[in-house]
Amino acid sequence: MKISENWLREWVNPAIGSDELVAQITLAGLEVDEVLSVASAFSGVVVGEITAAEQHPNADKLRVCQVSDGVETFQVVCGAPNARAGIKIPFAKIGAVLGEDFKIKKAKLRQVESFGMLCSASELGLSDDHDGIMELPLSAPVGEDFRAFLDLDDCIIDVDLTPNRSDCLSLAGLAREVGVLNKVDLTPVQIVPAVTTLEDVFPVRVEAPKACPRYLGRVIRGVNVAVETPLWMVEKLRRSGIRSIDPIVDITNYVMLELGQPMHAFDLSNLSNSVVVRMATQGEQITLLDGQDVTLREDTMVIADESKALAIAGVMGGEGSGVTTETQDIFLESAFFAPIALAGKARSYGLHTDASHRYERGVDATLQEKAMERATALVLDIAGGNAGPITHTVDEGSLPEAMIVTLRRKKLDQYLAVSIDQSLVTDILTRLGLEMVEVTDQEWVTKAPSHRFDIAIEADLIEEVARIYGYDNLPSSMPTAAVNFTPLSESKAQIQALRSILVSQGYQEAVTYSFIDPVLSKQFLPAIEPVPLANPISVDMGVMRPSLVPGLVKAYLHNQNRQQSRVRLFETGRRFIGSVEALSELDQQQQISGLIAGSRYPEGWYHGSEKVDFYDLKAHVEALFALNDGDRPSYERSQCEFLHPGRSADLFVGGKFVGLMGELHPQLAKSLGANQPIYVFDIALDAVLDAQLPQYQSVSRFPEVRRDLALLVDRDVPVSQLEKVIADAAGDAFKAVLVFDIYQGQGIDESKKSVALGLTWQHPSHTLSDEEVNNSVEKTVTALADQLGAVVRG
Amino acid sequence: MENLKQILADALSAVAASESESALDDVRVHYLGKKGALTALLKQLGNVSAEDRPKFGQLVNEAKGQVQERITERKSSLAKAALNAKLATETIDISLSGKGQEVGGLHPVTRTMERIETFFRGIGFDVAAGPEIEDDYHNFEALNIPAHHPARAMQDTFYFNPNTVLRTHTSPVQVRTMETTQPPIRIICPGRVYRCDSDQTHTPMFHQVEGLLIDENISFADLKGILQQFLNVFFEDDLKVRFRPSYFPFTEPSIEVDIMRTNAQGEESWLEVLGCGMVHPKVLEMSGIDSEKYTGFAFGMGVERFAMLRYKVDDLRMFFENDLRFLKQFK
Repeated sequence: MKISENWLREWVNPAIGSDELVAQITLAGLEVDEVLSVASAFSGVVVGEITAAEQHPNADKLRVCQVSDGVETFQVVCGAPNARAGIKIPFAKIGAVLGEDFKIKKAKLRQVESFGMLCSASELGLSDDHDGIMELPLSAPVGEDFRAFLDLDDCIIDVDLTPNRSDCLSLAGLAREVGVLNKVDLTPVQIVPAVTTLEDVFPVRVEAPKACPRYLGRVIRGVNVAVETPLWMVEKLRRSGIRSIDPIVDITNYVMLELGQPMHAFDLSNLSNSVVVRMATQGEQITLLDGQDVTLREDTMVIADESKALAIAGVMGGEGSGVTTETQDIFLESAFFAPIALAGKARSYGLHTDASHRYERGVDATLQEKAMERATALVLDIAGGNAGPITHTVDEGSLPEAMIVTLRRKKLDQYLAVSIDQSLVTDILTRLGLEMVEVTDQEWVTKAPSHRFDIAIEADLIEEVARIYGYDNLPSSMPTAAVNFTPLSESKAQIQALRSILVSQGYQEAVTYSFIDPVLSKQFLPAIEPVPLANPISVDMGVMRPSLVPGLVKAYLHNQNRQQSRVRLFETGRRFIGSVEALSELDQQQQISGLIAGSRYPEGWYHGSEKVDFYDLKAHVEALFALNDGDRPSYERSQCEFLHPGRSADLFVGGKFVGLMGELHPQLAKSLGANQPIYVFDIALDAVLDAQLPQYQSVSRFPEVRRDLALLVDRDVPVSQLEKVIADAAGDAFKAVLVFDIYQGQGIDESKKSVALGLTWQHPSHTLSDEEVNNSVEKTVTALADQLGAVVRG
Repeated sequence: MENLKQILADALSAVAASESESALDDVRVHYLGKKGALTALLKQLGNVSAEDRPKFGQLVNEAKGQVQERITERKSSLAKAALNAKLATETIDISLSGKGQEVGGLHPVTRTMERIETFFRGIGFDVAAGPEIEDDYHNFEALNIPAHHPARAMQDTFYFNPNTVLRTHTSPVQVRTMETTQPPIRIICPGRVYRCDSDQTHTPMFHQVEGLLIDENISFADLKGILQQFLNVFFEDDLKVRFRPSYFPFTEPSIEVDIMRTNAQGEESWLEVLGCGMVHPKVLEMSGIDSEKYTGFAFGMGVERFAMLRYKVDDLRMFFENDLRFLKQFK
């Protein structure tokens, strides 16, 4: 909410400067967003009157004006189309300074001398309006300093109020708070009931008393809407960001700003028979003030007459029932609507108004009559007319009750870790308007004032005491608590260690959005229906990712397009598979995923630009699993749609699918614009975090024996099968087998490959004899031949 | 005697003049060998008077020793010179880069999150995690934000259906913890959160670390103490910090924490970095914790903001572009 500081000081004027005032209310929880000056810095501008205006002899678009400052008359050349005799305007005399350093000097425009300048509102920093010079009311006193005339030595304080403090959504509320903070009394505006000179009442029927516990109406006849709203009101409204419309609307807005009570004025001649406050019928139509057609729901309260809805209650008036230039008689409304009845309604129609903002957060339920009298007095004063009596339609039972809240000394001290003097606590609460029902050493029984309907429980009172006492004045300490740590499990690895492994392999960690383009999702995983957002930020962020891979590939492409050809990225995060209709079964599993592309090593002086392949990626995946010595996965051919069918693997641990890896399908890669092969892995984080506590096994003191074998075997026999047969056949002392060469091509049968293996044996309790080893080799070779058709090469 | 002196002098100069191991061998044979010049002198010992004999023998042996010593010295110095010469030919350019992988790096958000975690783990907090697609109850209701509460407008929410949202904060993890655990509770909940907002200073996804401490006798003073400490430790600076009243539906009193920043021109200004407060009694009760017996505080911070302050990143959106030229700056 924006409010003029000078206006505030009319109500409460503590002996502190603007900066201090702003800091003070910010530290009281009413955060000041910004402080703006109401006009730019200028001096030497007075109220002037154009006494004559003639066409410039040498320029079509210029006029030569005679301008009076009340003492002398000056000749001023002006280009504004509205410069004409008889109007009053801001006049910058010779010597005036506009803005920082624009000094007005005597000038000659097309051979005609000019002594000063006539100003537009934008030139004075009052508004963006630069359509001609600013026209002042005819009553403006010629010669008066313009700053003084408009009270421009003022600033606008923009307070960003939290939803609980709607009591401060008015000048009166802010003033009340400033008074409390400074222990200064208020000088509120005097409100006296209007003298009623009419008997007229307009019937009101409230059919929704729970939502509208109090509805006040009043007829005022014979108002003159053609009069100008007084400048002081226009200026105060402007400083609060509200444009002047006509005197009646301005007054309702003004009262809302001043007291916090939203009001509405109907043109009485447009109301048929009576005002009805009711819930809308489903599908009922209304055209709002701003021309928008709205179809109403039955949970929405309307102000209607006997024929149709006239306004959405507490939100916005309708077209055709409000005040126009033709209006003579008005019906003023001042109502209390229950916050719960209006909560979320404006938003549900895409609306947000000053009224709905206040009503949703809450308006003082005792304010309506005061506001009605204030508005009436202003209408009679400004637009004339005759007022009828106020009609009250009240459902006492639905009005909010004053809350009795007890604050216990014990609780207060425990919360704040300090014992604040009883008299000070009482003083703070009393200043805030709380009535002391009973005060003892042990507790304060209080009754909250009607404007502080946010106070309902003890913690609210503790907050109020703390807030006024000052958060910065409260003590600070470190809590003492029993040392109590959860067990440090070693069968669960730390994710930090996994990240370190990848980082040491040259990976940069990425963070991609959890929502992706549904088209991309389908390109990668056509069989999965991704989880869609109802209100995505944009179409290409429309669904929750079913895999981290599409996001990483997008990140790769971003970098490829920026001349980064060697890319290694990884990410940890959740993927989402399933349906929100069965939320508890929705898979939100944490994954660890990576992508590599480009050269195996950073381009350098010592090696070529050899590209990464499947086995580079596999080393990284193996490293992740090796870190924790958990269960190693088995690798099976993958059927995954987004991977190369011959260069991809599904990973299983204990028979359970835990992830996949491989080359991105070349066709997909090409269609996405990748200019080189991309390798990706995507593994359930839990599978790699699973760890085993190392168990020591004694180290043999006896020598290791190695024998190498070169085998010819069918190409499609995976090496893992050779290894398995060897492990089974090579005897108790067999220790390990490693593959040190693979060859296929010239010199051997096209259907075969040559696999060179190094086998080692070691016995825990004796040195192996040649005979023992030869025996094992023989058995192994036989098994390989029998089971896999492998032949030892000569 | 004269002869001995002469032979010794000759021998020593011959050693000094030798330029190789084989030359030295020749010198050794020539003087110390069976038929060597010094060995020959010993053979003449019989010609020396009995009186002088021991003396003469001693002198010859000393000379022999001296020559042998010089030969050994000379040998090792030759070997050393040869090695040095060989090593000199093996000299390489040590300014060239090393071979192998370059080291990658963590995302600045992770790095920041780990830093925050380290502080809180150090004072006995556990790390808790939870789902990102949440039900309305855990994200809102259980935090004292009923339907249509104006506070819902404070957080632009992504919906899947009226009852299912992308969590707008990591607070639901706190609720889930309170539902299953009795105090003392000391947890932090780091993770991704989502708000339907995207512009220069907002991304629809960002990261939070929230914390919760519930025990008997936890006070506002404890909250102030821990957060002040945390900020000083995180920024490695004795920061000016202020605690300002605010409003969150799930805490009362509610607080925003500002730190004093100084810009390049030396101008000071307050910057909000944390939201926190004493856990609202209703929130405790809803999750089955006795609010008469226990009190606690909760806090939350935006990780990106901390990362931006710490690493002087001036564009929030860089965090999610995954541009290597950005990421590689965080090693």
